[in-house]
This record gives sequence, structure tokens and C-alpha cells, in this order.
Amino acid sequence: MKALVWQGVNELSVERVDDPQILNTHDAIVKVTRTVTCGSDLHLLGGYVPTMRSGDILGHEFMGEIVEVGPGVRKHKVGDRVVMCSFMSCGNCWYCKQGLTSLCDNSNPHPGFGEALWGQSTGGCFGYSQTTGGFAGSHAEYVRVPFADNTAFSIPEGVTDEQAVFVSDAVPTGWMGADLGGVKPGDTVAVWGAGGVGQMAARAAMLLGAERVIVIDRLPERLRQVEEVIGAETLDYSQAEILPELRELTGGRGPDVCIEAVGMEAHSRGPMNAYDQVKTPLRLQTDRPTAVRQAIMAARKGGSVFVLGVFGGVVDKFPLGAIMNKGLTLRSAQQHGHRYIPMLLERVQRGEIRTDHLATHTMPLDEAPKGYEMFKNKDDGCVRVAFRPGG
Amino acid sequence: MRATRWALVGAGIAAGTVVVARSIAPKSPGGRELEKGRWRSVTIDKPVDEVMRDGIPEPLAALGDLIEVRATDAPGGRGTELSARLVDGEPTGAGAGISRLSGTDPRQAVRTALREAKQLIEVGEVIRLDPKPEGHRRNTPFGAIVDMGAKRSGGEGVL
Ligand SMILES: NC(=O)c1ccc[n+]([C@@H]2O[C@H](COP(=O)([O-])OP(=O)(O)OC[C@H]3O[C@@H](n4cnc5c(N)ncnc54)[C@H](O)[C@@H]3O)[C@@H](O)[C@H]2O)c1
Ligand SMILES: [Zn+2]
Ligand SMILES: [Zn+2]
Repeated sequence: MKALVWQGVNELSVERVDDPQILNTHDAIVKVTRTVTCGSDLHLLGGYVPTMRSGDILGHEFMGEIVEVGPGVRKHKVGDRVVMCSFMSCGNCWYCKQGLTSLCDNSNPHPGFGEALWGQSTGGCFGYSQTTGGFAGSHAEYVRVPFADNTAFSIPEGVTDEQAVFVSDAVPTGWMGADLGGVKPGDTVAVWGAGGVGQMAARAAMLLGAERVIVIDRLPERLRQVEEVIGAETLDYSQAEILPELRELTGGRGPDVCIEAVGMEAHSRGPMNAYDQVKTPLRLQTDRPTAVRQAIMAARKGGSVFVLGVFGGVVDKFPLGAIMNKGLTLRSAQQHGHRYIPMLLERVQRGEIRTDHLATHTMPLDEAPKGYEMFKNKDDGCVRVAFRPGG
Repeated sequence: MRATRWALVGAGIAAGTVVVARSIAPKSPGGRELEKGRWRSVTIDKPVDEVMRDGIPEPLAALGDLIEVRATDAPGGRGTELSARLVDGEPTGAGAGISRLSGTDPRQAVRTALREAKQLIEVGEVIRLDPKPEGHRRNTPFGAIVDMGAKRSGGEGVL
């Protein structure tokens, strides 16, 4: 089959590879209908995740049709139209039973990496480096889906492929940020990043009752989507000083909940950017936490900050004093999508969450290297590129 | 060959706790008890009697006299803390580094066995990865390090 392969920093190619096989009784094989770019892939592309290996197949946000099931699969059958959570859940460990599914104990065959880096390992994820298990990704014609009963979700009638595919990753990630960030009716919520994840976090905050939701970015096409499709307010950080602006917008209090959806390659203005740009390549810090720092400084006293952006290692100039003295709650996670996806599919079906506008570009898989180039540079208003492996 | 024998140790601690272990402590030629390895543990979301129904669970049991095993109730009803330690102590020195690379370090065998025992009990099988589709793998020094890391990862980590 054909697949999009990582060959090195900023180097992708479409190659002929073997078809996947059923290896465990709970596996299914899915024929991929739609598979999309995610901001997380940019961290891999840019070489910020050291356990990538040339030849690894990218992609973790996808939907398709089940074409084969292992003998242990109960809920699904051949022909089911399904969307997969980007993380895999065994359904039987303590973490899965608590709904903390991206922390699954049994889905990552390479726990040594996470334990060495962080003291404990995450669960398995499709196409996301050896650290999350070394599984082949979804930018391919077929994918093996381990623990298919838990990882794959049937797509209800009336939800299109273009809508459903984002319920794999962007929608549950955003929802988790608002939910576990503790958004309550009447809250003011600020979201950093107007990519797929930030937009979905903003929409989730609105649906959870936030009275004001403000999304921060600098890309005009994305800020326009936030206003027109999501229905939230926007701030352009290339035009405004974010901290005083947010104070003014919130009567001097600061947002109740700050959700960071930017990640380790955050861009910034001013002297801190130069500082981070110098330190990161010298390996004195591994990640650039610009938006996290700002979210912590902006949050109201006793408020909360949820870090959705992916970070891999250590950061510098982290405002721990602000967390301590303002009594903030800081939370984070890789997405625990399994607890939300059925509910989110229903909300998409009812039109409460719109997702299809995120796929600003659709291409056959053959053009995926070009698609990633556009996505990386945000060319032509690109928010996410959807690939059609079937052509 | 050392005899294998079962024993109940730590009887009388928390009610409901079953602690089974291979009880033979190796003796140095002078008869002094050698220092054993440290306990490595996984927590399994099942009660102790289920975890230990057929004795020490596989593939831990296959490590035989290499290890002592204990199973205790985790606090708060969180299942079973299944632990194993090397009877002959932790490998040290330059040789230990080489055996880690070659995959013959006994600690790797213990970690792998603990993780696999947990998977077998919780989900009924051990998750497999290969063969899997993959593109062209370049031979680079860094790639070789990642490959080695991936190959040993199931037996490494802080467990
Ligand atoms: N927690 C999870 O499970 C999970 C899941 C999916 C994605 N992610 C992460 O979420 C982050 C966002 O993902 P995405 O797909 O939306 O990415 P994206 O690259 O499409 O969007 C990131 C946005 O952040 C903006 N940005 C950059 N610097 C900023 C700053 N200083 N302040 C405000 N905005 C800034 C960019 O202009 C861009 O629009 C990434 O780090 C990704 O890895 C996490
Ligand atoms: Zn993602
Ligand atoms: Zn699990």
C-alpha cells in the first residue's frame, strides 16, 4: 500500500510499504477514508521529538471503514464506518477505567522511553514516534487499530466523513481542555492558538456555559474562522499586548480558565523569543513555552490553566511563582478522547460543533508532502489538510 | 540447582493480603545472605487471589530461581501490587552496561515479565508491534540508537 513516511527533519515521502496485519485478537484493520494533519505532526516534522525513525508512517487523526477484525473484537464488524481516537485504550487497566485513557498502561509496547523521560509512560498513539509505541500512522491506505472495541467509534448517520474525522483528535482534545480545565457557566475563558485544537477548545468552553470566550492568535484566516464559525471573540497578538488587553476585557480580574493550544513551537514577539530561539537549539531547553507563560500570567487569582499543547522536555523561565502565589491550578494531558467521543459525535450530528471548516484543503495521499509544507507555513489560509488515501 | 519452594511470608500484615514468594535466600560460600535486588512492581487492577490463582503468573514464573515474587493488596482497592526482585542482587560495573545493550541484563527480563504478566491478566494478551508497515529505514548512527532504544524499551525504564 501507499503511505506518507517521515524521512528526517522536514523531509517526507510517499512510499510503497507492506499492508498492516492483525497481530492481536483485539485488532481491526481499517481502510482509511480521511486522515488529516495535526499541529502535533509539526513537532515531529521539525525534529523536536527525538525518537522518530526514518521510515515511520505519520498520521493519527483519521476515519475509515473496518475491513478485517481479530477474533476478540466484539463491538465492531467488517463494514462499520468508524472514527478512531488518536490514543489507544485497552479498556481494562486502572487508568482506562478512570477515563484517563491516554495514560493506558497496556497499549504502549515501548514504555522505556516515557519512563526515562518523564518517570512514567503514556499509552500508545498512532504514528507518533517510538515514545508513544512506534505504531504505524494513519497517512496510509490501511491501518492496524489495536483494541478496536475501545479505540474505534461508529459514526452516526448524518455525520459526514469531513465532520467525523476531527472527532478523532482536535474535538476531544479541545473538549478535554475546557472540561478538565474546569470551565463553569458564567466563566470567562481565554484560549491561546486558533488551530483545530484551540478552535475546538473555544467551542467546548461555550457549550459548557462560558459567558465569554476569547481566542488569541496572529493568523487572520484562523481568527476569522473563530469569529464566524465558532462564535468566540478574538485577539491578534501581533497587534495587541495580550496581558493588558485581557485584563481590560475582564474588568481587571483575568480569565477564569486559560487554555493553551499552541505547544512547544510557540512563536512570540519581543526579547523572550530571541532568548528561546537561542536556547532551544543549544539544548538548554527543549521546548518554547511562550503561550504557557502568558496563560499563567493572565489567569485570574485562583483560576486554572490547562496545557493542551504538546511539550516533550524541559523549559526555562517558567513562572512558578505566579502559579504558587496566585493559587492557580495547572493541568495537562494527552487527550483522553474515549470518554468524550460518543457524546461529541452526537453534538456534531446536532450541529452544536462544526468541524468541516477545519479541512481548508483536501488532497490525495500522493500530495501529502506538499500538504504538510502548506500546513507548516500556514499557506493559503491552511488550517488542516485532509488526505484521501483512496484517491 | 537451587531448590524451588513456596512460602507464605509476612503473614499477619493487612488482612486479605497474600504474600507468596520463592523463599530461598542465596548464601555466599561463607553462608552470609547476599544482598538481593530491589523490588520492581506493577499494579494490576485485579484482586490478589485472581492474580495468583495459578501461582506466580507467567511469564514471571518462567524466570524461576532468578527472582523472588510477592503479591500484595494495593491500597484503596486498586488491585494487586505484583513485585519481583533478583535473588542474586543488581548487576553492576561495566559488564552490566554491555548486557543492557545486548539485552541480557536480568533486570530487563524482570521488567518485561512484570509488564507482560500485567497485560495477560488485564487484557488477555501481550500487545505486539511487528511486523508493521514501514518505509525505507536509513542507516544512520542516530537511527541505530533509536532502533536499539525501541528494541530494549520493553525491558528498560524506571520500573
Ligand atoms: N493534548 C493533546 O492530546 C493534543 C492533541 C492534539 C494536538 N495537541 C497539540 O495542540 C497544539 C495545537 O494543535 P493544532 O493542531 O491546533 O496546531 P496548529 O499548528 O494548527 O495551531 C497552533 C496555533 O498556535 C498559534 N500560535 C503560535 N504561537 C502563539 C502564541 N505565542 N500565542 C497564541 N497563538 C500562537 C499559531 O499561529 C497557530 O495558529 C499543538 O502543540 C499540538 O501538538 C495536543
Ligand atoms: Zn493530534
Ligand atoms: Zn488501559
